[in-house]
Formats: sequence, structure tokens, C-alpha cells
Amino acid sequence: MTETTLSHPDNREPVAFTQDELGWLPWLEPFPADQLTERHWAGLVDASRAKSPYFLLLARDPDVLQARTKTDKDIFYNTANGLPRAERELAATATSRSNGCIFCASVHSRFATQYSKRGADIQRLLDEGVEADIDPRWNAIVEASVALTDTPIAFGGRQIEALRAAGLDDGEIIDVINGASFFNWANRLMLSLGEPTPPAVKQEGGDKTPATSSPASRR
Amino acid sequence: MSTTPTDVIDHLAGIRPGSSLDRLRDQRPQARENAQKSYLALFEPEVPGTVTPLERYALATFVAGLHRQPHVGDFYSAALERLGHPRLTEVVVSEIARGATEGPYGRYPAGPHSVEDKDGPSYRVSADSRESLGARLAAGLEHAHLLVFHPRDASPAALQGLLDAGWSTTDIVTLSQLVAFLSFQIRVVAGLRALAGASAVESTDTEYTQIFTGVLASGAV
Repeated sequence: MTETTLSHPDNREPVAFTQDELGWLPWLEPFPADQLTERHWAGLVDASRAKSPYFLLLARDPDVLQARTKTDKDIFYNTANGLPRAERELAATATSRSNGCIFCASVHSRFATQYSKRGADIQRLLDEGVEADIDPRWNAIVEASVALTDTPIAFGGRQIEALRAAGLDDGEIIDVINGASFFNWANRLMLSLGEPTPPAVKQEGGDKTPATSSPASRR
Repeated sequence: MSTTPTDVIDHLAGIRPGSSLDRLRDQRPQARENAQKSYLALFEPEVPGTVTPLERYALATFVAGLHRQPHVGDFYSAALERLGHPRLTEVVVSEIARGATEGPYGRYPAGPHSVEDKDGPSYRVSADSRESLGARLAAGLEHAHLLVFHPRDASPAALQGLLDAGWSTTDIVTLSQLVAFLSFQIRVVAGLRALAGASAVESTDTEYTQIFTGVLASGAV
């Protein structure tokens, strides 16, 4: 059986970090949607994910996809005790910014903005990079995420001390560790199995309002 | 064959049942359980697919070695050795030394972030090792190195190289998940170990402070 990669010569790949809603095109053939078995549906977790070429591609190994998705959801959505959702999304955004995943950063910067209502601060993280000086608490979360993202891993006592000084308890520090670590998983898949596409509709001017109101999400 | 730890992350991070970190990890029970299920799906899959156990553990040994986390590296290389290929383990270990570098590096699409482009090596398996590993596993290690250190340099050409070396589309998904999952697992382990270390220092300090305060109160100083 001869298999080849998919190419998208007409795509104009976004070149800058953005909170706009981007698309994504796979470099390998996704699993055919009309051939999904029970095991594949279980792997997709949410039936709506069968519309996504990314999840259909990952559905080729459905058991891993299922476990990965459930890990992801608990790390980010289970806010019983622990770090507020906004700051878990901040860790995801900082990790994606450090690894250079423009697509992942777009999704999670939008969430970070939605939950924190601090779109301008998030945009500075995207524009200036992980060195952006925001405030002591966010700086500590960004620095910890970046230290965890370095290979070899640079996270240690110094980052933990800074997180504690910013008011995080050990449970909240574990949320930072989980969030940044999980995005080291997600970034590598998104970056290596396909490419982002520009927002469906171009926004007027340079206004970077939160993407919940972006044109693409209204379609 | 030794039995698989019921929680590989706890095992690698040295977390004991009933400890404070054990209780804190339990606050995210689904994440904890499914991190383990991810490990099992990749290393003890119910439907084995066409990526062999030897390939899975060789890749894991390589990825863990590149992260320089000794506990994790020993865990996967021991599993590789148990498959009965000591020579292969040696070859992978020699490639870890050749592949050692620091990430993340790589290039952005030409534009405003090009000033942040950071050069780094494009790792290739040595000719000798390629002979021992075979073209397919050698291509797997080369792709793993790309994913570990400079994932933003990924390209359709890199995937084509895997297809040409005998990896199917589905095999590539499994390979990518394996390397990406390990990038997660190794970081959780390193993070929890660091937290356990920092807490140990702190509780020692607290004890000392309490003793010292006690001494002060007793008027002995």
C-alpha cells in the first residue's frame, strides 16, 4: 500500500501569534468518517469531534486518543479546588508560545482571555513572547510553564518558590505542572501532523478583541 | 517480565500512597487514571497494531534519554532490555549521546517572528547505528528527535521520510502520540519530583523553626 502526505499549496499559513480563530489542515489522511467503528467513536469521546480532521487523524489510534482526551479535560475543566481556569489556559498559552505552536496558542489564548477578561495582557504574551512582564503572579505561571517546556527540563525549586510567593498552594502548582506538561503533548501533535490556516473571515483593521466575538465563530 | 506499576507517574516520581502529593494528585482523578491508560494504550496496547513493542520501547528509551531524566530513562531502557536486545539498547544509548542538545529551537514561517528563529542540529542516526537499527527504526528516532527538540520545524517532508522508511499513516499517528505523550509524562514526573523536593526542604525548615521557637520559649538561649 502506497501512502503519501497531503499538501496544501494554496494555504497561506498564519505567520504571527493571534487570538483569532484559525483552521488546521492535516498532512496525513484522516480516518474516513464513514468507516468509524464503535471503538473509534469511543476514541473521539465527543461525537462532534468526528467533524475535525485533527481528531479524525488521531482516531487512527483510538485508544490513545480516548485516554488523551480524558486527561486533557480533567486537567483543564475540573476546577474543583486548585487553579482558576484562566490561569490553566495561561499555562497552555505560555507553553504553546515557547514551543512555537501558533494554532494551539490561538485557541488557548482565546480561552485565557475569555476567563480572565485580560485580553491585552494575553496579547502581550503572544506579541512580545514569554519574557513579557505582566504581573508577578502571571509572570510566575508563565516562567514555570516555560521552564517545564525546556528540554532538558529547567523547572525546579526557583520556579516553585516564585509560584508560592505569588500565592499558589501545592494543588495549584500541580495544576500548572499538569497544564504545561499537557501542552507539551498537544503542541507536538498539532505542529507535526498539519498546518494552521488563516481565519475564515479577515478581521477589519488590527483590532484584537477576544475571539468569542471573532467573525469565524459566528458562522 | 516485571509487572507494570499501577501508576507509572507515581512510580517514576517516587510518590507513596497516602502522601501529600498522592492526595493532591487524587483531586484530578480522571487525569491521573487516563495518564495511566495512555501509557497502557501505547506500551501494552489491546490492539497491537503494526508498531512493534521493540520499536515502542526503543523510541521511549531514546526520548527519555534526550530529556536527561535518569529515573524515566532507566525505566524504559530496562523494559527494552527485557525484550532481549541488549545490543539494541547499547545502540540507542549511543544515539542519545549523539542527539543531546537543548530545545525548543526551530524556525517560524517567514514573518514577524522570524527574529526569534533559533538554529539547532538536524539530527541523523550514525551510519553504524542505522545498520543495527534498520531504516525504519532509524527514521523513527530521527523523527522523535525533531518532535522532542524542535517541533516547529516539522513538515510534510519529515512525514514523507517516515512513509518512505516503511511507517504507515496509522503507524505515524502512534509514533507521534508516543513521543508527544512521553513529553507530557516526563514533565509531570520532573515537576512532581521538584515539588516533592521543595516541600521536603520546607517541612525541614518548619520543623527547625518550631524547635528553635521552642528553645527560645524555654529561655535556653
